[in-house]
Amino acid sequence: MNSATRVNKVALAFILLSFASLLAGAFFGCVAALQFVYPAFARFLPFVSNRPLHVSLVLAWIFFSAIGGIYYYLPALSRGFWKTSQMQRVQLVVCVLTGLGILACYVLGIFGGREYWEYPPVFSLFIVAAWIVFGVNFFVSTGNVRGPWPAYVWMWATGIVFFLLSFSEANLWLIPAIRNDPVRDITVQWKAYGTLIGSWNMLVYGTALFLMDRISGNERLARSKSAFLLYLIGFVNLLFGWAHHIYIVPVNPWIRNVSYVVSMSEWILFFGIIYNWRRTVETARKHLWLYPYRFLMASDVWILLNIVLALLISIPAINLFTHGTHITVAHAMGSTIGINTMILLASCSYIVYEAAHGSAYVKPAKSELWGWVTLNASLLVFCVLLVVAGITKGSLVARAVPFDRTMAAIAPFMTLFAYSGIGIFAGLCLILAPLTRTLLQILATPEPEELSTLSS
Amino acid sequence: MARHDPRHSAASSDFSTGFKRAVIGLVFLAFAGYTLWIDAGPIGLKKTAVADPLAADGKLLYQKYNCQACHQIYGLGGYMGPDLTNEYSQPGKGPAYMSVFLKNGTDRMPNFHLAPHDVSALIAYLGSVDASGAYPANARTTWYGSIELRHPRQ
Repeated sequence: MNSATRVNKVALAFILLSFASLLAGAFFGCVAALQFVYPAFARFLPFVSNRPLHVSLVLAWIFFSAIGGIYYYLPALSRGFWKTSQMQRVQLVVCVLTGLGILACYVLGIFGGREYWEYPPVFSLFIVAAWIVFGVNFFVSTGNVRGPWPAYVWMWATGIVFFLLSFSEANLWLIPAIRNDPVRDITVQWKAYGTLIGSWNMLVYGTALFLMDRISGNERLARSKSAFLLYLIGFVNLLFGWAHHIYIVPVNPWIRNVSYVVSMSEWILFFGIIYNWRRTVETARKHLWLYPYRFLMASDVWILLNIVLALLISIPAINLFTHGTHITVAHAMGSTIGINTMILLASCSYIVYEAAHGSAYVKPAKSELWGWVTLNASLLVFCVLLVVAGITKGSLVARAVPFDRTMAAIAPFMTLFAYSGIGIFAGLCLILAPLTRTLLQILATPEPEELSTLSS
Repeated sequence: MARHDPRHSAASSDFSTGFKRAVIGLVFLAFAGYTLWIDAGPIGLKKTAVADPLAADGKLLYQKYNCQACHQIYGLGGYMGPDLTNEYSQPGKGPAYMSVFLKNGTDRMPNFHLAPHDVSALIAYLGSVDASGAYPANARTTWYGSIELRHPRQ
């Protein structure tokens, strides 16, 4: 373990928790995909339980790895970090207990909430409490950031505030006047979800910008006008670009058209920034951080692929055909695995390498490189199959073909899709096994001094 | 590692930060009004609020049994089962057809052993969804790539 620099072990514990969530989430995803193809598979844990287990655990991966990264990176920015370390432990404990409670409900078939947050709504109170602690930790620490905030601090701050607002809005269905109006119920739900997705994207994109700073050794990028412009476009998208989810719901047309205009912008600029950044990275530094760099470059390619899909499905006339098909799933998987997960794996591998070895070069293990290849290749096959299944389904739905015949027509693609999902799981195992081993070694090493010496 | 340029004047930084905060504040205010409109304003093409208490029960049961994991409403939800937006009024389907599935399940759908009240409530809820609009949408595309929705009974 690197003894020259102090390590925030709560941050590393969040990252360890995120690894466990990702592996478990991918595992349940594989089971759910196999149940989609073979309905009799693993009947002891039905699809209605597997799907929320998969989705909630993958969301937990995104949040825990982003939170762990922010806690790990904050000392480099803030002199007041040590003051909040106790509250970070409180947040960690609340997250673990709440998460276990939610998973137990899913396994036991106890639901009550909405899609993606299917647990009984009382758990939302604990999630809000944990998030408020996170917000306090963050804003107490960033109060001591030197100079004007770089774009990534703006992004993290926005992600934290708007998660809280949109998560609260996502629970407005508890008010009978909202849930008993089907159109308003769906509209409010997906407006809140759009902002929620935007808020975690802010956490992830902020992490990407921070990493680019670190890997390139060029801090100007995150303080540049283009970075702030990216932030602003992302912010406007977070607020107003959600309605492609409900283009086909009978609401007033202006809601659809505002979103249509807004949603055309965000990712192109982000791709441009990463592309420009790659050109500025010195070869030596690129090789020093080769493993995280590869994940960032993979996310670059996935952004490019997703731009095409995102732009297409944000056009209402095309959305009319793709909505409710697996093309939407391909977009969601491309975004959450291809972009968010690649960026967060870059962040986690950077943190684990740095915490273990400081800035010394360490050659990535062969299994890690094979994991990177397996993950990306499987994801490509996975997304292509979803697009093909989506096109097939869309064309059959347009011709009013009955549901069972539509399912039979897409079955071959969905079978291959399920097996490519197993490939993604295998790739993640290869990537996370060595990182987890190193992380456990660091966490098992006793601290020679108190964390509070950071302030000196 | 390069640090933020210390020669950058304090006045310039303050202006820059103040300008950024003003822009973000204005966007936030616009969003607050927009949110209020969507959460409480007249957003629907027609009034669709449910008055029937049985349908209101059905809405909560739909969530209690996590029907959304497999079924869609307006194309939103899981893809294991069919979209239910207009099952209530589909020729050859309707309440009697739906109650058979709800009472017995299928090879893809578990038998939830629902009480008669729960079956009636779920069907009443799906009836209220059916009355709110159509999916697949009855729509006309515009020259700029948007769509105009029409109610199926128009």
